[in-house]
Amino acid sequence: MNDILIKFILSAGTLMTMFSFAGLLTWVERKQSAVMQDRIGANRASIFGFKAMGLFHVIADVLKMLGKEEFIPDGANKFLFNLAPYLSIIFALVGFAAIPIGGALVLSDNHIIQLQAANLNIALIFIFAMMSMGVYGVVLAGFSSNNNYAFLGGMRGAAQMIAYEITMGAAIMGVIMVFNTLDLQVLDRAQGAYMLGGWIPKWGIFVQPLSFLLFFTAAMAETKRIPFDLPEGESEIIGYFVEYSGMKFGMFFMADLVETVLVAALMTTLFLGGWQVPYLHADGFYFPWGAHVALSNLPVVILGILAFFIKLSFFIWALMAIRWTLPRFRYDQLMNLGWKILLPMSLINIAITAIVITLLG
Amino acid sequence: MENTTEKRRLELEKYFDPNGPFASLRVAQMKRAWKQSNRRQLNWLENTYLPMLFSGIYLTSKHFFYNITFHILHLFGLYKEIPGAVTYQYPEKPRPLASRLRTRHRLTKRADGSPRCVACMMCETVCPARCIEITAAEHPDVNIEKYPAEFVLDLGKCVYCGFCVEVCPEDAIRMDTHKLNIAEYSRESMIYNKKRLMDD
Repeated sequence: MNDILIKFILSAGTLMTMFSFAGLLTWVERKQSAVMQDRIGANRASIFGFKAMGLFHVIADVLKMLGKEEFIPDGANKFLFNLAPYLSIIFALVGFAAIPIGGALVLSDNHIIQLQAANLNIALIFIFAMMSMGVYGVVLAGFSSNNNYAFLGGMRGAAQMIAYEITMGAAIMGVIMVFNTLDLQVLDRAQGAYMLGGWIPKWGIFVQPLSFLLFFTAAMAETKRIPFDLPEGESEIIGYFVEYSGMKFGMFFMADLVETVLVAALMTTLFLGGWQVPYLHADGFYFPWGAHVALSNLPVVILGILAFFIKLSFFIWALMAIRWTLPRFRYDQLMNLGWKILLPMSLINIAITAIVITLLG
Repeated sequence: MENTTEKRRLELEKYFDPNGPFASLRVAQMKRAWKQSNRRQLNWLENTYLPMLFSGIYLTSKHFFYNITFHILHLFGLYKEIPGAVTYQYPEKPRPLASRLRTRHRLTKRADGSPRCVACMMCETVCPARCIEITAAEHPDVNIEKYPAEFVLDLGKCVYCGFCVEVCPEDAIRMDTHKLNIAEYSRESMIYNKKRLMDD
């Protein structure tokens, strides 16, 4: 009973944290783009003259979306049309279940909680399955809308997702081979090792830099945001959600942002050691120059959670910076990049990693 | 003679030289020059797209970190004079206007508060939009021949050319109120009469 309660609190906490992170991203996106472009950004929404740096725009947007008319086109398949946004957002959210947000919290000797909503030993495969399922939202939205532009958007989405999903899967093979596990909690723990005389932590980004680059690119394509926003293509086709209005459109919008957070969390977990703080072990800091600071379990876990969210925020910042810097790819460039450059490179990466691992024994 | 023509030709040559210092004067020639001499194959590093990606990220990040530093300092009340953005928060803080900018009209006054205008009809005549309508009346003072009984200016028609100001012999109409926010709910209220024009 206690275990179920703990699991419930953990999963609710993860879901709420990640969902509010995604909701906050609408504000972050506006403000970050504004600051990058020497502007101030949205700051007009106020409650009793209190502006909170434009944070109320998030609430204002949601209220606006909820108040709008839910329009369903005449020839649309009503069931699939209504199903698509839910698929999109649910599969994006379910992925968070397998992301470890912290280390092991020791309550008593025989009661250790892994700070991960679902402690799966196939966590990575689970997340990839869920991310792939998310494409169904895009495809169904495009195909059920009875609109040529939406149809085009759906097709583009399907083609793009297939192209980049493969690269993504192939890119993380290197990390899986190095750490020899699919369990993300185990993988994070394995990244707590050190190399080069104990100075550099054995994080994914240091052992598999090419894999990181490939994964970063493919993951950006997976979020369907600007350098890769072909399924949306605001300027020529409005995208797979052209017929959606109100909160259903809002759900697609949120699904993109939730996916951004998911991808950032995944990159944190795979390549930046997740909740690992450099030189922090289970019983305190062990610095490579010999210093030692002893810490009990609770501060270590809290530091770990903090580290996870700092790394997550950094990746979200990076994704946003790229989204507001780069122009969109042309469709043939996108396919060239996916199939002719990223996929061969990820296969070469697997081969090299395999050879090196075999040689090192 | 022939020698001077040749010299002149050589002198002119540099203006048409696609690699010369004046190439930028001619857009079409510049494009041709670009195609002929400056097009080159990208090397493999440039083909990876990464250098341009990083230079782009560097540029936007530079702006981001510069601005965010000042935004954070402003929160603590420091360096308020250095702005973190180039925009103006318009209704609260209007943009500085050039002193010669043509804005809403006003009628200047004499010392006794009556309009300077002598109803000479110059502005009404010169106005290309025909937005001024003056009703003249005889002034009680014999030194002043006429005065405007009514001076109607339709801002809905006005094109802000400033001819009325230039043509006025009495400096009676000016466009220096620096009022730009002229918005009304009806066309009728866009029509300004003598009183409204003299109020400020």
